[in-house]
Amino acid sequence: MYKFRQWSVRNSRKLEGLYRNFEPVLIKLHPLFKKLGYGRLEKPVRVIEKAVKGLMFDCQMCGKCALSATGMSCPMNCPKSIRNGPCGGVRLNGHCEIKPEMRCVWVDAWQGSQQMRDSQAIQQVQIPVNNLLKGSSSWLRVVRNEYAARENEAAE
Amino acid sequence: MIATHDQHPGSPLPPKEGHVSTGRLERVLREGKFAVTAELAPPDSALAEDVYERARMFDGYVDGMNATDGSGAHCHMSSVAMCALLTNVGYSPVLQISCRDKNRIAIQGDVLGAAALGVSNILCLSGDGVQVGDHPEAKPVFDLDSMSLLEMIRIMRDESRFLSGRPITTPPQIFLGAAENPSAPPFDFRPHRLAKKIAAGAQFIQTQYVFDIEHLRAFMAKSRDLGLLEQCFIIPGVGPLASARTALWIRNNVPGIHIPDAIIERLEGAKEPKKEGRKICVELIQQIREIGGVSGVHVMAYRQEEAVGEIIQQSGVLDGRVPWFPGCEVQSNSA
Repeated sequence: MYKFRQWSVRNSRKLEGLYRNFEPVLIKLHPLFKKLGYGRLEKPVRVIEKAVKGLMFDCQMCGKCALSATGMSCPMNCPKSIRNGPCGGVRLNGHCEIKPEMRCVWVDAWQGSQQMRDSQAIQQVQIPVNNLLKGSSSWLRVVRNEYAARENEAAE
Repeated sequence: MIATHDQHPGSPLPPKEGHVSTGRLERVLREGKFAVTAELAPPDSALAEDVYERARMFDGYVDGMNATDGSGAHCHMSSVAMCALLTNVGYSPVLQISCRDKNRIAIQGDVLGAAALGVSNILCLSGDGVQVGDHPEAKPVFDLDSMSLLEMIRIMRDESRFLSGRPITTPPQIFLGAAENPSAPPFDFRPHRLAKKIAAGAQFIQTQYVFDIEHLRAFMAKSRDLGLLEQCFIIPGVGPLASARTALWIRNNVPGIHIPDAIIERLEGAKEPKKEGRKICVELIQQIREIGGVSGVHVMAYRQEEAVGEIIQQSGVLDGRVPWFPGCEVQSNSA
């Protein structure tokens, strides 16, 4: 919802802090997730993630969540789905060239990012979306990737 | 340098140390000369001569011409095809690629094909939305954005591989460009975004129309502070306005183009607005040239292409230099 989405950008710093606490909890749950099976968990977690992030960010479940690097403004709401915005068509009032009634998601992203502790994250170049991951839970992926990295480190 | 063109005008120039391409635009820029590029409007026809006729209007005035890729989301002759026609007679086109109409598979194929046809410069754009064009019902692709497009072509060139990792046997030698708009919000983020584009692979930047010189000055000053001007050639965009009415229409209907009131008032008060518009353009070019770190100028004279030569000549930015064009006499000072 547009109003909630705007609220999330205004409160990007709080949400950043919240996620910083949430991510380690998720990662700690890895043994449980593994026991239950990631495959079986995918659907229920996806439903919860979609409901929460859909409400707060108008999340499109791209599968490669970039909110921490985009000031809590979801880039998939850009009509051109630009992951490294803003484009050159931003109106002088900061609104979108294609949807004049909407503020540019990247004007929001810049504003949100500058309130965050990691205000430099927006400077990273985002790689293109992997369309195979579309619709899948990025929370579960974060945990799996974290463990894969740890296992790789241990193996080395 | 010109000698190779005696055999065939489309033959590549000999490779040069420190250059990524064999194109003329990169040479002019790296030699520190003030480069001039112009936008070439693609025809709505299947006739090659229509392309050549438009290109000839710029003969002797430009170091490169941009072949637009469905600009304004309108259908025209494809930019790759235009570039193929242009390189065939020796012109140095800048192939514009927009992310609106093609996915990563199609674009990578186009990059290889274009390079094989002699294209040395590519300008990476996100592109206009389909909504503003003549086919608003079309499916917008946007598989990539201008940034990931830059990075993809840089990987193809420097790492000889596709985005998938599959090897490329002969990589495309491409001088990579991108766009920026110093006149669009968020102003304080724009120079940082330029830094991102450089990190992604941009070697030259052609900007959106600059009518508000202060916006450009601020953008350049911040970019210099960030140390970006040593890493990238900045070529601001300019163009003549036909009348106050046109200027107002553009200001109200084309997002991203900011035309100050002072310019509109000048056009309103002029007896011959078209002439005044060209005069304003010449003055803008001269002011732009004075800004430190600017490497050239990009003229977009929509529906006034015939005026480009005159504008460039009056601005004096070529300093008597005559850029190469098919059939020109070999001159020691031509690049």
